[in-house]
Amino acid sequence: MLTETMSTAATIETKPQPPPAEKIKVKVDGKEVAVPKTTPDPVTGKPLPTSMIQACAAANVIVPHYCYHPKLPVAGSCRMCLVEFGTPAIGPDRKPIVNPDGTTKISRALRPVIACATPVSPGMEIYTNTPAVRLMREGVLEFLLINHPLDCPICDQAGECKLQEYSVDYGNSESRFVEAKVHKPKRVELGPRIVLDDERCILCSRCIRFTRDVAGDDALGFVNRGSHSTLTAYPGRAFDNNYTLNTVDICPVGALTSKDFRFRMRVWFLKETRSLCTSCATGCNIVIGSREDAIYRYEPRENDAVNSCWMCDHGRLNYKWIGREDRLVEVRKREAEGRGQASGSRSAAPTWSAVLGEISQKLKAAEPGSIAIVASARQTNEELHLLAKLAKRLGALTDSVPRIAAGDKLLLNADRNPNSTGARLTGIAADPMGSNLPAIAGGIRSGRIKTLIVFGEDATKCGIDADLLDKLELLIASDILPNATTRRAHYLLPGCAHAEKRGTFTNTKGRVQKFLKAVEPRGDARPEWEYLHELLVNVTSRDGIASIEGVFNEMAKEVPAFSGLTWATLGDTGISAKI
Amino acid sequence: MIIKRKKLSLWERLYLPAMLGGFKVTVRHFFKKKVTMQYPEERWVVPEGYRGAPYLVKDQEGRTKCVSCQLCEFVCPPKAIRITPPGPTGVPGAGNVEKAPAEFEINMLRCIFCGFCQEVCPEEAIFLMQDYSLTGTGRDGMIYDKDKLLALGGVHNDQTRKWNRKAEEARAQGVKP
Repeated sequence: MLTETMSTAATIETKPQPPPAEKIKVKVDGKEVAVPKTTPDPVTGKPLPTSMIQACAAANVIVPHYCYHPKLPVAGSCRMCLVEFGTPAIGPDRKPIVNPDGTTKISRALRPVIACATPVSPGMEIYTNTPAVRLMREGVLEFLLINHPLDCPICDQAGECKLQEYSVDYGNSESRFVEAKVHKPKRVELGPRIVLDDERCILCSRCIRFTRDVAGDDALGFVNRGSHSTLTAYPGRAFDNNYTLNTVDICPVGALTSKDFRFRMRVWFLKETRSLCTSCATGCNIVIGSREDAIYRYEPRENDAVNSCWMCDHGRLNYKWIGREDRLVEVRKREAEGRGQASGSRSAAPTWSAVLGEISQKLKAAEPGSIAIVASARQTNEELHLLAKLAKRLGALTDSVPRIAAGDKLLLNADRNPNSTGARLTGIAADPMGSNLPAIAGGIRSGRIKTLIVFGEDATKCGIDADLLDKLELLIASDILPNATTRRAHYLLPGCAHAEKRGTFTNTKGRVQKFLKAVEPRGDARPEWEYLHELLVNVTSRDGIASIEGVFNEMAKEVPAFSGLTWATLGDTGISAKI
Repeated sequence: MIIKRKKLSLWERLYLPAMLGGFKVTVRHFFKKKVTMQYPEERWVVPEGYRGAPYLVKDQEGRTKCVSCQLCEFVCPPKAIRITPPGPTGVPGAGNVEKAPAEFEINMLRCIFCGFCQEVCPEEAIFLMQDYSLTGTGRDGMIYDKDKLLALGGVHNDQTRKWNRKAEEARAQGVKP
């Protein structure tokens, strides 16, 4: 049962499209919209009657709400989305009564309803901004604030808190409540990554529904009654699955906080950059929160074709390596005589232009078949394409390194490379990926391969041992962090993390998605596509467009799977390639 | 435009009468009360509400009042304030005050004494005090850190004492504050 719900939530793209539902017309604040009669349930996919709040969303009218979430089952507990409505008046002949001016007579309902759990009916009129609705919102908000602590200066949610936002719209400047607030447990460690402040909880149950219905781990629930209701994890069990941090995102207040981000930075300082998660082949869309070139958090970005509104904890917390102290920040050149010595003598401060010039000369002079390239499926489509072009020109043997670990049924893919599909489509990877690596190792051993270019991988970890690397006449390595290969490289080119450059990845289902630059590269590091482009121009003596847009558009013309794509048309959510 | 020079009369051209007039003013002030202050040995009395250098204050229990909300850092027009939040552990020793700055720096060379930080502070933790003449031997010395700011600010006699009230309320309900 649980695994079933998990798989349905995950594979939105592969789900068969439901037949087009019958449309009904409703009016939202006087504006007519046609909405489908039924909408698939976000979790099970079963058709459910379209609710008023969905009709309002279709009419671009935002109804304030706390417990409702478009990707979760409806709870209807917060009462914030109360609206007024009317339906066509029916005469004794069971037909709608028509006004003298020809319009349908509407009979206003006596009581308000919650927009999230009330289905729409044909001819219905929804009123979201009447004085009564406003008074109801003010009333609901005042009740929600009775026991809510006024500690916005401390609370991490401040700045992105729905309670704070609606208090500005509908709240009072002073509280009428003079009694003591109900105190509840604070700083509760629900799990290894989640800290809960029960006083701030407004009992919307979004987190409970998420972990039960989407993550498939029924770990959370309410205990006690009334004002004393308290969110808690099942006794004796930690709230510990791979999706716990999504509850922090959907928590409308600051009750659930991420232990990783807690008290680290106020959210209004964070610059938000649209990017992609690089921890597996799913390619979850994310927003990078950064300030002054330091990355503070990843948050999922909605893309129904990939990750809905969610991302896994593994990917979300895998950003700290970008700010590591031992990042490679300078171009290094090791003299051939120094090879094999422990220290490795370095000449004084080589420059990018000098080093790229030297490498180009050596690659041009190399005899065909004496060069091999080990690429990484962590590189972007553009970089892999440029490398593939370079390999074709040099007649090099190429491959990239597979990276397989346990996946799960929701989002985490077993393929931990973000761009395995891109490596396959650009032709840099062998089929299956990694099958050329023994041939490269063999070629070096026999002395046939004299030059090795390694991008973003540690060759010593994929069958090309350190003693083989020492046999090479020329080892060019480009990487972000130091490893055994970069230490042995004759030319070391410092590269950029995905957050420091622009580019595209192709996810496991073939969706080409772009990511943007959030922070500046460290030191002398440059985006790989930049110097690969320069190298290619040097080696082939042919000019090209030195911009990421130009490189992408050129690639789209040359790689059949990407034909028809352009950088501009990729948009924020990407386009599926023909794979 | 050409301005014609006024033709001076004989009295004006005599020069001495004008000099005597000036001398009269000097002599009058010579016997009046002196207004010059022998700064820095003598200092003027700083009026109430004067906007001097901003310092941090402690509450009566000796806790840093600042909770590191970073609103002053946000509002500061010359970007003189820099706060390092405490991180996930918060401040273990400060009772129910969960948060305090790990570091709080004000670059007094940048500060323009505008008072926005005091205005915006929701915790009454920073005040523009009476110091108007700050000196140092180098630029680094003019960046005041948390310890220095707290030492200069002293204790704020807060009447509300909200953290104590909150803790008492929680204890009365049998909840750990």
